[in-house]
Amino acid sequence: MSESRSSLDETTEHHEDRADDSERLHGALLTSSRGQIVLHPSSESYHGLIELLMGEGYNVCVDLCGADHLGNETRVLPSAIEPERFELVVNLLDVSARRRIRIRVQISETNPFVATISDIHPGAEAMERETNDMFGVCFEGHPDPTPILLPDGWEGHPLRKDFAMGRIPVQFKAVEGR
Amino acid sequence: MPDLSDIKHKLGLGDEGLAGLGHNIITAPIEELVKWARRRSLMPATFGLACCAIEMMATGTAHYDMARYGMETFRASPRQADLMIVAGRVSQKMAPVLRQIYDQMMEPKWVISMGVCASSGGMFNNYAIVQGVDQVVPVDVYAPGCPPGPETLLHAILALHEKIRTGELTQRRDATGRGAEIELGHEHAPDAQPEPVIIRTGGLYE
Amino acid sequence: MTTLDHLRNRDAVLRMSELEAEQRAAVVDPDDERMIINMGPQHPSTHGVLRVTMELQGETVLRSKPIIGYLHTGMEKTAEDLTFLQGPTNVTRMDYAAPLFTELTFSLAVEALLEIELPERATWIRMLMCELNRMSSHLLFLATNGMDLGAVGMMIYGWREREEILRFFEKVTGLRMNHNYIRPGGVAADLSDGWREDIQDILNVLPKRLEQFDVLMTGQPIWRERTQGIGVITTDEALALGATGPILRSTGYAWDLRRAMPYLAYDEVDFDIVVGTYGDTFDRYAIRLNEIRESMRIVEQCLERMPEGPYRVQDRKVTPPPRARIDESMEALIHHFKIFTEGFKVPPGEVYTAVESPRGELGCYLVSDGGPKPQRMHIRAPSFANLQTLPHMMHGGFLADAIAVISSIDPIMGEVDR
Repeated sequence: MSESRSSLDETTEHHEDRADDSERLHGALLTSSRGQIVLHPSSESYHGLIELLMGEGYNVCVDLCGADHLGNETRVLPSAIEPERFELVVNLLDVSARRRIRIRVQISETNPFVATISDIHPGAEAMERETNDMFGVCFEGHPDPTPILLPDGWEGHPLRKDFAMGRIPVQFKAVEGR
Repeated sequence: MPDLSDIKHKLGLGDEGLAGLGHNIITAPIEELVKWARRRSLMPATFGLACCAIEMMATGTAHYDMARYGMETFRASPRQADLMIVAGRVSQKMAPVLRQIYDQMMEPKWVISMGVCASSGGMFNNYAIVQGVDQVVPVDVYAPGCPPGPETLLHAILALHEKIRTGELTQRRDATGRGAEIELGHEHAPDAQPEPVIIRTGGLYE
Repeated sequence: MTTLDHLRNRDAVLRMSELEAEQRAAVVDPDDERMIINMGPQHPSTHGVLRVTMELQGETVLRSKPIIGYLHTGMEKTAEDLTFLQGPTNVTRMDYAAPLFTELTFSLAVEALLEIELPERATWIRMLMCELNRMSSHLLFLATNGMDLGAVGMMIYGWREREEILRFFEKVTGLRMNHNYIRPGGVAADLSDGWREDIQDILNVLPKRLEQFDVLMTGQPIWRERTQGIGVITTDEALALGATGPILRSTGYAWDLRRAMPYLAYDEVDFDIVVGTYGDTFDRYAIRLNEIRESMRIVEQCLERMPEGPYRVQDRKVTPPPRARIDESMEALIHHFKIFTEGFKVPPGEVYTAVESPRGELGCYLVSDGGPKPQRMHIRAPSFANLQTLPHMMHGGFLADAIAVISSIDPIMGEVDR
């Protein structure tokens, strides 16, 4: 309700997300986004970090999804992190201490490989399959790397920014042996 | 019930009602009788897909009471059903399944496309949704709404009843040879569409 | 042995492609009595378009796997093409049994990015409507759960009660489902005239009906035989598999986001978290039945304490001018037009918000690039994670019990496939 928000076009006035490079947790940069804690590990140290956090009490992998930042010029990232096209976003939950933590891993477009965490959190299995479907991020060591939401034999990864939004002709197949 | 008296008249039943059967001879065109019977005993297949399926189930329960039309028994097996209510958005992955179920249904069979998603893709004009179920199966009645309320679905069902009674569908199928698919070795032609009827919400039934 | 080893060694998930299954079927081995059967995606008891492949030995389910995606709607892609104000229209069609919760989590995420404070009345209206929605969703569950297990009369009763709540929703939001009522910055409209009496009517009639359900199902020997000790899961397994909501609570773990991480005004109202003991199908049924009673307590408190004031934030950037102003002021008309065509801009950043939906933790991960449309919108669907517990619950049970287990997870395929 503040007076400074009266203009419709005003976009600059917003909370300064903390992105200084000083704080680290288990070797990963620690920042804050709208009051939520975010860690930025490298794709190599990601699996180890999840394991360490598991030992620290973050025992539920609540959510795992990808994000395509193609064309996003206003991304909030600490300066020490090299921005890549894809991001893997993992939300962990510590049910006994009632706290959350988010992990953002930069995934390169040319080498979209990252270790699976389904060996630590079996609940991440379906979410990793979905991320593979939608963004083409490959999870090394995944027990069941098959399509989950898309039909078998689908080409392309729909949630990539360069995948067309609009409709495509119906891929109708007649029933065989009728 | 104007149509009932019409049938009664055609059947030669006077004011005696069924009591007059004993000393009366009934003559009626067999076609009328068949249409009358078909219309009064439609058996829908349980083909719930998304939000509309909840409203379709609501139509079947006490408040809206689909049993009034002799349709309360949703058949789980497509071979026992003659009406497919496509209730919800049809995804690319579901389209072949839908066609298979339609093909398994016995003749004669009808299709109601329930809701905008089934009719035209609705608000989901994207890669995942079939933009109208009429690309996959021939549709007889389209019910608008997102989701259509039970009243709209009942209206769609009444519209279908009317089409069956007047024999519009039989004629259309005779003319095009499509939809009925009685001939052996007949090829599907999903691109050639029957004339659709779009019903309006809020209108009167007659 | 840790939970992880236990989950792995149990070998409950059937990881096999259709081609492999076909090849297996072609090999005739008289000693091997296992067979693979397919259930769905069009099956009366799979709650929509869920498909399950199961490996059976006689009547016993060995391994199984839920196959999903038959209702994949591409909503996350569509969300990137809609403004933040249009967003609730899209997300409300995910969980069609509890549409207000998806609207709520999306709106909370947008408000967190905007960093706006809601007026109190908006918060309490949201809470009231969500609790009513939780009741209608659980009533739907009771109806379908009863029908799946042969209590067909329950289908009629559950729907009858749900209709009472839907009638109120229609009065307030204009729609029976897919309301698009909770929007960034508040709610779409104030409560309708006479809302107190309408809700009081619901609260008067429901307790007696719930007692009837107890007679019809809870205490009935057939019902208990069919549900008790079926589909058991432990707390550690549920946590490892990411299951939340009634599934986690049925194992005796009192985890409810309304209590653990309060949002809206849940820290100001008085209610209990219902937990089970054995983690079986009966516990999950009983939890949902009793959560209706707890929701009624919250609704009663909302009735008493509903504050006066505006029902949406009085921030011109987000909220269009009132209808009366549009008639007299050209600027107000332009402003209104701009908000609904261009949409308001949201500062760059990313945020994750979570609410307790009737099925568990419903989260929204939202990234804004400073424009009027989200860069990325992801919904963390509770049913999607909960479905992963299915093979573990069905493992070693009878095929007939599989129906009870699927029903007790209460998956809504719209939100599983999105």
